[in-house]
Amino acid sequence: MSDASFVLFLMCSVSALAGALGTVASRRPLRGAVSLLVMIIALAGLYLTLAAELLAAIQLLVYAGAVVVLFVFVIMLIGPAAETPPNPRGIMVRILSFVGMGMFTATVSFSLVDVSAQWVRRPDGFGTVEGVGSSLYTQALVPFEIISITLTVAIVGAVAVARSKTARELAEARERAAAMKAEAEAAKAAKAAKAA
Amino acid sequence: MEIGLGEYLALASLLFGIGATGFLTRRNALIQLMSIEIMLNSVNVVLVAVNRFHPENHAGQIFSFFVIAVAAAEAAVGLAILIALYRLKKTIETDKADVLRH
Repeated sequence: MSDASFVLFLMCSVSALAGALGTVASRRPLRGAVSLLVMIIALAGLYLTLAAELLAAIQLLVYAGAVVVLFVFVIMLIGPAAETPPNPRGIMVRILSFVGMGMFTATVSFSLVDVSAQWVRRPDGFGTVEGVGSSLYTQALVPFEIISITLTVAIVGAVAVARSKTARELAEARERAAAMKAEAEAAKAAKAAKAA
Repeated sequence: MEIGLGEYLALASLLFGIGATGFLTRRNALIQLMSIEIMLNSVNVVLVAVNRFHPENHAGQIFSFFVIAVAAAEAAVGLAILIALYRLKKTIETDKADVLRH
């Protein structure tokens, strides 16, 4: 591993951890979304140290360009309600869960640090658009086509779920229509009376 | 200090732990969805890192490509459900989503 990728690894791993912690700890969802963006860009840098240029580009396009923007759109749509009051379960439970999950994660990561593997020379075309593309279309063609169906179904489902009206909204719309109709009839009657 | 496979795996497990903690402790549905994204991303790091040390094929990178696609679909559907919940309850606290409970 070269010095440049060593430095890149350090920078990206630190900012990825900071971004993840900021996402989880932020009181405001918009700050959480920006922290998530930091983590995603840092992970794209990590992919560069791992010889995955195409994945780094996809990470930036799909996550930074689409998913985070979707989150920001929803935060804008919901408005002030996006910020929820603090968890009422008490500070003790939260500290306990943080400590428990921290101990578990520390155990796993300290045991994984010792995993070692030889750095191998990067084969020609590994991780490039050409290499990954030809692998994708020769070894994973059917899953690649199925993923497009999955995305289509997800989009249609998202629109259907988000656009459907609740019972209260339906009742309100019906009430409004009835009020408009009554108003129009009253106006018509008044006009007829005036003419007479 | 030499960076090897172990450091990448340790970083990924730390990220996964942070995401899992966020999902379990926060009650804001938006933050919980973001925590899910953190967990999915940490899995991607593992896949790409292991693939770099076994570069005979692109299995890991292709798998993480599919994980990214599924994560995007998941985010879209999750946010649609969140909006439906907001219109029903006027809040996005997951503790308040108890329509099916009573």
